[in-house]
Amino acid sequence: MDENGKKSLAMVVMSGDMDKLFGAFIIANGAAAMGMDVTMFFTFWGLRAIKKNVSTGKTFFGRMLGAMYGGDIMKANPSKFSFGGLGRWMFGKMMGGHNVQKLSEMRDLAVELGVNMYGCQMSMDVMEIPQEAFIDGVKEPVGVGFFLLKAQDAEIQLFI
Amino acid sequence: MSDDIKVDLELDLKGLLCPLPMVRVSQNITNVPVGGVIRAVATDPGAMADIPAWAQSTGNEIMSAGKEGSEFVFLVKRVK
Repeated sequence: MDENGKKSLAMVVMSGDMDKLFGAFIIANGAAAMGMDVTMFFTFWGLRAIKKNVSTGKTFFGRMLGAMYGGDIMKANPSKFSFGGLGRWMFGKMMGGHNVQKLSEMRDLAVELGVNMYGCQMSMDVMEIPQEAFIDGVKEPVGVGFFLLKAQDAEIQLFI
Repeated sequence: MSDDIKVDLELDLKGLLCPLPMVRVSQNITNVPVGGVIRAVATDPGAMADIPAWAQSTGNEIMSAGKEGSEFVFLVKRVK
């Protein structure tokens, strides 16, 4: 429970896969709707889910990573049937046909519902993704200690 | 049956999929006064489980939940 007596959910989002991000945001939005305090801690491949469509990287490797794993959440490929982007297109069509929201819309809804999103400072440093590259609504970066404090007070902890 | 219940807000959730029916109910519950009633109509069968779970978690009341043709109709009362 948080300081206001609300139940809470603490989630690590390490994956940048489309399907896993869908799961992460559906759970986060559902929990927020149910009145829970929700913390999402984005690390490593998950960082792109909260990134704007801007290029990142300072060093040679950082810029290379920014070029190869750049863009924003809409660049996320499914963990299976990726086929160099074809899978993303196909799932996008199928989900659109069933009126499922786009990933970016789900993420923006999470911001609207007051889900607390944080970038992992260490992965941001390693991958050379600064706070300015993130969408509005992402809080200042934190470390594992902060996440663990949230997680030990939470009724639900998830790793995605 | 529900004819004598005063509905404060009609909510059209048709076509929405998980988790949106539940999210929309939660976003709109504060638009009715305490004791007020939302009549929500969804087409997602999952809402039959989700909206009552939302009510249980948030301390609100499902006065009725039922299938009418291909639609799922809920009367949700704001308790607090």
